[in-house]
Formats: sequence, C-alpha cells, structure tokens
Amino acid sequence: MNKPVKQHLIDPEICIRCNTCEETCPIDAVTHNDDNYVVLAEKCNFCMSCIAPCPTGAIDNWRVVLEAYPIDEQFEWFELPEQEEISGAAEAAESDDAVEDDVARLLHEAHEGAGGKVHPPASASAPSINLYNRKHPLTAVVQGNYRLTAPDAESDIRHIILSAGNHNFPVLEGQSVGVIPPGTDRIGNPHAPRLYSISSARDGERPNTNNFSLTVKREPEGICSNYLCDLKKGDTVELTGPFGATFLMPNDTEADIVMICTGTGSAPFRAFTERRRRTAPNANGKLHLFFGARRPEELPYFGPLKKVPTKLLVQNLVFSRLPDRPKEYVQDRMRNEGATLSELLQKATTHIYVCGLKGMETGVDEALDEISREAGLSWDAIKSEMRENGRYHVETY
Amino acid sequence: MLDAMNVSYDTQIPNNVSLSDDRRLLKALERWHPGYLDWWQDMGPEGFQESLVYLRTAISVDPKGWAKFDYVKMPEYRWGILLAPQVEDRKIPFGQHLGEPAWQEVPGEYRGLMRRLIVIQGDTEPASVEQQRHLGATAPSLYDMRNLFQVNVEEGRHLWAMVYLLQKYFGADGREESNELLRRRSGSEDAPRMLGAFNEATPDWLSFFMFTYFTDRDGKMQLEALAQSGFDPLSRTCRFMLTEEAHHMFVGETGVGRTIERTCEAMKEAGITDPYDVEKVRALGVVDLPLIQKKLNLHYTLSLDLFGSEVSTNAANAFNSGIKGRFQEHKIEDDHQLVNDTYPVIRLIDGKAVTVQEPALTALNMRLRDDYSKDAAGGVGRWNRIFKKYGVDFELSLPHMAFHRHIGEFAGAHAKPDGTLISKDEWEKHRDEWLPNSDDGDYLASLMKPCFETGKFANWITAPKVGIDHKEGDFEYVKIYDA
Repeated sequence: MNKPVKQHLIDPEICIRCNTCEETCPIDAVTHNDDNYVVLAEKCNFCMSCIAPCPTGAIDNWRVVLEAYPIDEQFEWFELPEQEEISGAAEAAESDDAVEDDVARLLHEAHEGAGGKVHPPASASAPSINLYNRKHPLTAVVQGNYRLTAPDAESDIRHIILSAGNHNFPVLEGQSVGVIPPGTDRIGNPHAPRLYSISSARDGERPNTNNFSLTVKREPEGICSNYLCDLKKGDTVELTGPFGATFLMPNDTEADIVMICTGTGSAPFRAFTERRRRTAPNANGKLHLFFGARRPEELPYFGPLKKVPTKLLVQNLVFSRLPDRPKEYVQDRMRNEGATLSELLQKATTHIYVCGLKGMETGVDEALDEISREAGLSWDAIKSEMRENGRYHVETY
Repeated sequence: MLDAMNVSYDTQIPNNVSLSDDRRLLKALERWHPGYLDWWQDMGPEGFQESLVYLRTAISVDPKGWAKFDYVKMPEYRWGILLAPQVEDRKIPFGQHLGEPAWQEVPGEYRGLMRRLIVIQGDTEPASVEQQRHLGATAPSLYDMRNLFQVNVEEGRHLWAMVYLLQKYFGADGREESNELLRRRSGSEDAPRMLGAFNEATPDWLSFFMFTYFTDRDGKMQLEALAQSGFDPLSRTCRFMLTEEAHHMFVGETGVGRTIERTCEAMKEAGITDPYDVEKVRALGVVDLPLIQKKLNLHYTLSLDLFGSEVSTNAANAFNSGIKGRFQEHKIEDDHQLVNDTYPVIRLIDGKAVTVQEPALTALNMRLRDDYSKDAAGGVGRWNRIFKKYGVDFELSLPHMAFHRHIGEFAGAHAKPDGTLISKDEWEKHRDEWLPNSDDGDYLASLMKPCFETGKFANWITAPKVGIDHKEGDFEYVKIYDA
C-alpha cells in the first residue's frame, strides 16, 4: 500500500482565478486551465510562498491522500473533495506539523520567526501527529491545576495536569496539543482549537504515567485560557493533536541546547530539562536557559528551577521589574553572556530554541547578530546553516 | 537583493527604492506628500478616518512579507513606493526593440507616449477612492467595510506608485502631472477624471462590487500589459501593483456572489420559483436577479469603453516601441513583433457587425479587450453555479460588445444585449429593461442600511465563506470610533 502523503490543493469554490499564486510560486508548481487553478503535487515543495499573497484563502487547503489527485481530475472540480478516512494519516508528512488546516496555519505562523523552512533536529525522535482531530477528539481528565505565580502576582499562570486515561497519546517534548473550548462563538460556530505546548517529558508528568502537563496563562477575556485556568480535578477536556514535527528536542546527549523564553514560552523547556534530567543528567551537552519575567513572583516554575543542578542547566533568570534595579531583558543578559554564546554558536552540536511572545523575536535576533559580529561571525550565515540542519527553532505567538 | 526586497522606513515614505540616496527625488516627493494627505482627508472615506481598520500593509515585496495584518487608522497607513524585485539581465520582451536590454531610464523618443500612459493609469487610482468615499456609511457589515477601505488605501498606494515614476523619470513635467492627479476630481464639471467610467457615481454597494469586478479588472489587464514593458521601473511597479489588485477582484467577485446567494436563499425560503416576479422578491428585502443582470450590463459596458478604439495606431505605437505589451506576453508563443500578423476585429460596416481581419498591431486594444472579456466571463460562470446550487432557473450573461457603447466601433449605434442592432426609438423604449432605471436605483438605495454589529450582515447579502486573514466570523474588522 502507498504511504499517505499530504497534497496541496486549491479550493475552486473560493478561488477567483487571479493568477497571483501562479505568479508567486518560485518553482512554477501552480498551473491552470480555463476552469481551475491547481498545484502540481509532484513539484510543490511546501515552501508556503503562495499562502500569504492569495486574496481569498483558497490556496490554503490540504488533504492527506494515498495517491495524489491528478491534475486532470482537479481541472474538473467545482468543489474540493472531503478528506477521506485514511489510517496512518498521522505519519502522512514527516516534517509537516499538522494536517488540519487551521492548526497547520497556527504552527506555520508560530514558526515563521525562524526565517525559512525549518527541519527537526537530526537526532530527534519521530513524532506522532494528528492522532485526534475535531471530529474525533481525545477526552482527557484533569488530574491537577496549580497556580505557579505568587498569589499577589498580577499574572495568573497555571500548571495543569491532564490524563489521557486508556487512550494512546504519545507526545514528545516541544509538541503541542489543541484545546477545544466548549460552546460556540457569538454567531454560533464552534470555537477553533487553541494550541498549548506540552510542558512535561514524553514519559509523563511523572515517569510512566499516561499523563502530561500544560502551562497556561489566564488572559483577560481569553475564552480558552479562562476555561482551562478554571478547570477542576476530575473535569474533562476535549483535545486534538498532538501537533508539531520540527520544534523537537535532540536525543543526542552531546547536544548543547540554548533555550530562550519569556512567560509560558518556558513550557517546552521545562519538558526538555525534565527529559535530560531523567535520561542523561551527566551528559556532555549542557542546557542553557535564558528566561525573562517581570519579577521572580511571576516567573513560572521559579521554585522548582532553583533545585535543578547547574551541571545540567545553566540558568539565566532575568527580571525587568525589580525594585531599585535597572530593567533587564533576555537579550541584555544574552549580550552579557556573549562570550559563552559566541563559543556555542561555533559548535556543530549547539541547538537554539526561542519561545514566547512574537515581540521578543527581534530583540533576540539582534542580540545574536551583535554577539556574532563581535566574534567576527555572520549571524545570518550561522542562522541559515543551523536552520537547515534542524538546530534553530522559533515558536512565537 | 534581500535589501531591495525589504521596505526601508528611514524616510517619511516607506520604500524599497533607496529613496534616501536620491535627495532630489526625496525632496520632490516630500513636497507632494502633504498635498496627498490633504487629498485623502478631503476625498478619502468619509466619516471613518479615525476608525481602526484591520488592514494589510506590505513590509516587504517578497511573498512572505507583503501581507502583514494589523489595526491601522487610514490616514496613518504607510503608503509607500514598492517595486517588485529587479530581474537580472531582463530583456525587452516584444516590439521593435525585442531582445535589447530593458531600459532603466526613459528613452527620449518615447517620453511623451510613456508619460501619457502613466498619467492615465495614475488618474484612475484616486478617482475610484473619490467615487467610493460615501460607501462606508451604508456598509452591509464590518467585514465589507474593511474590504472597501483596504481597496481604498491600496488605490492610494497605486497613485503613489505612478507618482514615483512621474517624479523620478519625467522632471518638471512629471511634477506638474503629479499635482494635476491631486487636482482633478471624479465627476467634477471643471476638472473631471480622464476616463468616463471614473466619473460615474458609485451610489450603492452592488455598484461597488460590480465596479471592483468589472472596472478594476480593466485595471488588472492594463497593469498586466504595462508589466511587460521594456521600461523596467514601470514593469516592476506594475508587477507589484498586480498582487494588490487581486484583492480588488476578490471583493467584487465574492460581493456579487454573496448578493446572488442571499437572493436565492431568500427565494427558496419563501417558495418563490419565478426570478422575474420582481415585486415578490423585492418584498423579501433582497436584490432581484434581473436587476443584477442590469447592473452587470451597465458596469461591463462602461468598462469595455475603457479599452479605447478597437483599431488604434496609438496602441500599435506603444507595442512597437516596447512600452506596453499584451496580456501575459511572456506566455504567448509567437514572434512578439506582429509585423505581418492579423487579428479578427468586429466592425460596424453599413449598419452591420462584420468580422474583419485587421493588422494585429493596430488591433491590440481589441485583443486586450477580448482577453478581458474572457477573464470576466469566468466569474460570471461561477455566479451561475450559485443558481444551479439553489435550483433557481436563472442565468447571468455578458452582453454583446455592441450593446450600450460610447467609445469605439459601436459608439452611437443602438443594440440589444444580444447584439442585434436596433433603432434609436426601440432603444429608448426598452432601455429600462436592460439597464438600471431610477426605480431600480431607489430600490437599491432603500436596501443600503448600515449593519455595524460584529459578525452580522445586512439582510441582502450572505456572510463570506472565509474570513480575512482567516479570522473567525465574529471578528471586529473595523473598530469605529466617533471622531
């Protein structure tokens, strides 16, 4: 039997035949006849250049198929075929993050900061994706919901532990799950799933339990975050996923991992750290954390972090609102640690991960650029090389 | 190369043409800028200049950078000068200079002709903003209002694009023409816009949708033809404008489609099967289908006039000299010089429409118009699918090229929509059956009630299938603040 593959399709019902995609495609993988515009399945390399310029959104459609729909058939279409039920669709596209359109788009946007097509680290485990979708979600049970920030802290960040019960839900550090808040939006449509990074290691919040944790910040008026933060032990939650096939941890114990984050961007790095601690606490490769918050009281996992030994994790906890202290941001601390970082940049075993709000991207990028220049290196060149080899990852929202 | 793609914000005018290196040009544009802003305040969308609109702004001309979405007040929109990346060693793709290196400066002998083409194109851009300035007040939804404003700010940017060419390459003449572009006004007695269709009113949203579908499509064809130009800066300017123009086509096609869909839906709910029972359909508060055909007849024919005379030596000169090519010239397989070729043109000879073989060079307007008609027919076919979907026995069609024309072979003649030539008396008798009349206008005006609640739509139009930037249905596309 053929292996399932992901095929890029154009929705003929929404497409206005404006030719923008054909004009934009750098490798001429889009063509048309008098009726329809279509993507040549054997040519398209999923570079996504055509997605943003499309004025209608018709270009943003994908199906998992055992055999690609031929062009002649697509020319005859008036509408897109439904996604067929295909077993093993999960493994459809090894380096694709997700198959569901909206989730794939969310992840694509989150990963844009890497500045090009991203690849998983060479030594990462193969992820499972899309095991559960909106039609067939996983019902998970809440095992615990703990506030991580101090009671008087402005921000309410929570550690939520969910059990997959008897269901098979294999996750890797760095992957996300989709949470579907119950109810409908103001015009009666079901809510779209929101993505949350898993903050526990692959073998469970505690080893060999079929559970996992999420790190969730309560957002004012956030439909999903308020729903999650208010959950009680024993409540059930509908989930999709897992998703994500690039922002993964290298298994190689020689790998140095630089983890740069703010707020709940720390979730995957808690998972990375816990994985390393459980499997290779004396590894040659080190973990380097740059973690920013306003005050220690608002830094999730501040207490537990203090117990992690330095030989496993070098910690740079950075605060921007300490009384009587100048504001310090992660990029400032990175500059101070420029010597260490420029050394790491030159090692072929170094992996860099950035996770947090979109706003942090530029500052971090500029800091790395400056550190590189001072060491006589080109950050642009290093970044592309690292990205190509699955060693540079950005997930921002 | 990468630098040329990203937009520089080091001057007041965002650009990817190294404006800060050209002091003379920068000064000239900075002198023009306040006049432009005044024009936008005076003639831009009325009543919503303080609102926050969810607009896309280009931050780079490579595919990933030019569609960044955020809330913007329209007068603060970053209008700028964006050219598609330069193609290395580009050659002139047609005409007598075929194969010579593309020009980076205007050849002296073609100065006049080129300036005229740029001014005509430039004049249409602010004109449509002026025509549409009252529509915000009757928007059928915030989604539609946002789409209108996106079209408006991009037309404003297209004016900038043409003014850049005029100011950079045409000296004092160019500066004067740039000022004139801000002085003329759509529909003005004293200083009207240059082309007929751009002096017509856009009184209601169906007109707006028809305008963006039919008239902006003329713009698309003209830009496509100019994007082939041997004058490289013009080609690069037009190529980037085309990516924006696609949004305008989208607004038109889906706007008319959603209007049709709502009518079909309402008819079905009410059990009305005869689409010509206009009174009953209008009682439902939706646009009757025969009126949609009349609006189509009007806007399609006004747009056909924009292509000029079928047989034209100006068109031949523009092609021969390498200034304006054919639609998708690069995809045509012939000698790209057309010296000995002919092209079929329908002419009015002794009161009859006759197909005549004309020299292909002089028939270029006809050819571009034929390409246009084919392009326009595609969307009409897709609208007709909606009738099928709802089982409504109705079909829209493009009228014959002889119908309701003011320019070219059939100017002054009278014809039925199917092209049958008729007398003036007969035309007068039936005109109101084929084109919107004052009752139709009154009825449409009565439907134009604003609907500004998020996620809600006026009764005469359906919600879109997909939101802008994939936003959910109840997204607040415009945050209206009272000034």
